[in-house]
Amino acid sequence: MLEVANLEVVYNDVVLVLRGLSLEVRDGQIVALLGANGAGKTTTLRAITGLLDIHEGDITKGSVTLAGERIDGKDPSDIVRMGIAQVMEGRRVFAEMTVDENLRTGAVTNNDAASVKGAYERVMEMFPVLAKRRKDQAGFLSGGEQQMLAIGRALMAAPKLLILDEPSLGLAPLLVQQIRDIIVDINKQGTSVLLIEQNANMALSIADFGYIMEVGKVVMDGDPQKLLSDEDVQEFYLGLHGEGERKSFREVKHYKRRKRWLS
Amino acid sequence: MDAVVVVAQVAGAGGAEKFINALSSGLALGAIYAILALGFVIIFKATQVVNFAHGALAAVGAYFTVYFATVLNVPGRFLEFLPYTAQWILSAALAVLATAVVGMIVERITIRPMIGEPLFAVAMITLGLDLIIRTVTNDFMGNQARGLNDPWGADIVEIGLLRVAKTQIVTMIVAVVAMLLLAWFFRSRMGIAMRATAFDQEAAMAQGISVGKVFAVAWAIGAALAAIGGIFSSMAPRASAGLTPFTALIVFRAFPAVIVGGLDSVTGAIVGGLLIGMAEVFAGTYLATVSWLGVGFSGIVPWLFMMLILLVKPYGLFGTEEIRRV
Ligand SMILES: Nc1ncnc2c1ncn2[C@@H]1O[C@H](COP(=O)(O)OP(=O)(O)OP(=O)(O)O)[C@@H](O)[C@H]1O
Ligand SMILES: [Mg+2]
Repeated sequence: MLEVANLEVVYNDVVLVLRGLSLEVRDGQIVALLGANGAGKTTTLRAITGLLDIHEGDITKGSVTLAGERIDGKDPSDIVRMGIAQVMEGRRVFAEMTVDENLRTGAVTNNDAASVKGAYERVMEMFPVLAKRRKDQAGFLSGGEQQMLAIGRALMAAPKLLILDEPSLGLAPLLVQQIRDIIVDINKQGTSVLLIEQNANMALSIADFGYIMEVGKVVMDGDPQKLLSDEDVQEFYLGLHGEGERKSFREVKHYKRRKRWLS
Repeated sequence: MDAVVVVAQVAGAGGAEKFINALSSGLALGAIYAILALGFVIIFKATQVVNFAHGALAAVGAYFTVYFATVLNVPGRFLEFLPYTAQWILSAALAVLATAVVGMIVERITIRPMIGEPLFAVAMITLGLDLIIRTVTNDFMGNQARGLNDPWGADIVEIGLLRVAKTQIVTMIVAVVAMLLLAWFFRSRMGIAMRATAFDQEAAMAQGISVGKVFAVAWAIGAALAAIGGIFSSMAPRASAGLTPFTALIVFRAFPAVIVGGLDSVTGAIVGGLLIGMAEVFAGTYLATVSWLGVGFSGIVPWLFMMLILLVKPYGLFGTEEIRRV
């Protein structure tokens, strides 16, 4: 359904971040997109959903098509209307608004009251924690609850394709498992999923297909089992190398940055 | 509120009558400031634009009222069976609507292309707009004062000790209705989209909210509120002569209300407006006889009051402090 072909993205007219990236999400699939810090995962998401503009980014080559129709160059609101919803990196819930109001923002593109009501009921069923805190300000929710709210908000658009940008970020292992189960559940109910992650283990454990990107390009793709057993993937994404504890400088820096963002 | 109590004690000399009347005048003036401040804050919150053309839009609203009610007689000429009061109110409503359209046009032509540019540059553009709009309005209007021919004129209602101008009662009613409508709006789909955009523009866009539409609506509402403020500040008892080239300057007294309340707070705009209105009227009532303060003293009270508040609360009474996001 979604096809990204040979995409090139430039920020500020000079910084080339995506260098001919291609990937595909087929109907009903969960596809994992893995990559280290700065590989260009979020940029890929922005390119698909029309959010490059406000970051001074441009698509200089390639195309994005949804069910055969070009969507690069369309407005973000049109893209949501065509069936792509996203869960942004860092949750980005509207902290000053209530849980219910946050969910309503997810449904702005949906003019069919009955379908909005249906989506709302499904979200309440899927996330009992949110049902309990409907009238609370989103800013008072815990990190895990906020992540669920961000996912629920995206589901309010009743998307055909859901893109999640590092949903496991900063969550305790138990919550990561919970989020993983939720993604499987969403997929079972008929929504295709593009899952962007650094947690390769989690993503590949539920994906039908996986891509691994490095500095703006896909460097490896294939069956999740094949990727999981690949030596390089094990070394760089699963931390399973000989001594076990090896961490690159990049990852350490990355961790620091995250911490500030999440504190 | 403490200030009110203190003033009430000082009031001993003039008695309860003087105090009650100052209170109602203060509330009426405060209602005008609150309406002007609200329009300013809504535009700022939703679009991050400091709109220095707010006063010009207020004057445009008053001018449209003059034009519709006294020159064209629309829509009254088609509705002659209605009493004059109803005809006039319809003219004023039409003027508010027309000003909202002007606000949307201004946003579309001068603000939208500047999205993403430095906020200072955009603020300067609105300053230029203020000059342009005022000059154009004054060209149409001429230099003499133009009465709005409102049905209430200088009529006074007496309720016990209280003597209050009919226009002041109308001002307060309209202010309350406007605030209730806004409270309803902020819970509507568009209102929620606006609040989301104000909080996090990119996240709002990611939900499919059309930021352009939000901007247009914010400017329409802001301009409509400016128009309402402009209309009431061109009436008795504020300005018995009507609309003049100085009407637009009213916002220079409403700005302190915005700052006192907190630049980005809707509640703050209302509270700030009422406080500033009261401070100005009470200073005019009780300090007018203190000759060394000079006759124009009450006019600078809003600014003095603002400075005092800022010393204690640099972001205003309800403003968000910089550390707002995680
Ligand atoms: N607005 C921007 N302007 C210029 N460069 C940018 C901008 N946004 C991102 N970049 C650069 O583009 C590269 C890819 O960034 P991107 O955020 O897409 O990576 P990512 O894979 O999502 O990383 P992370 O795992 O840290 O989220 C980085 O080198 C980053 O510095
Ligand atoms: Mg990212």
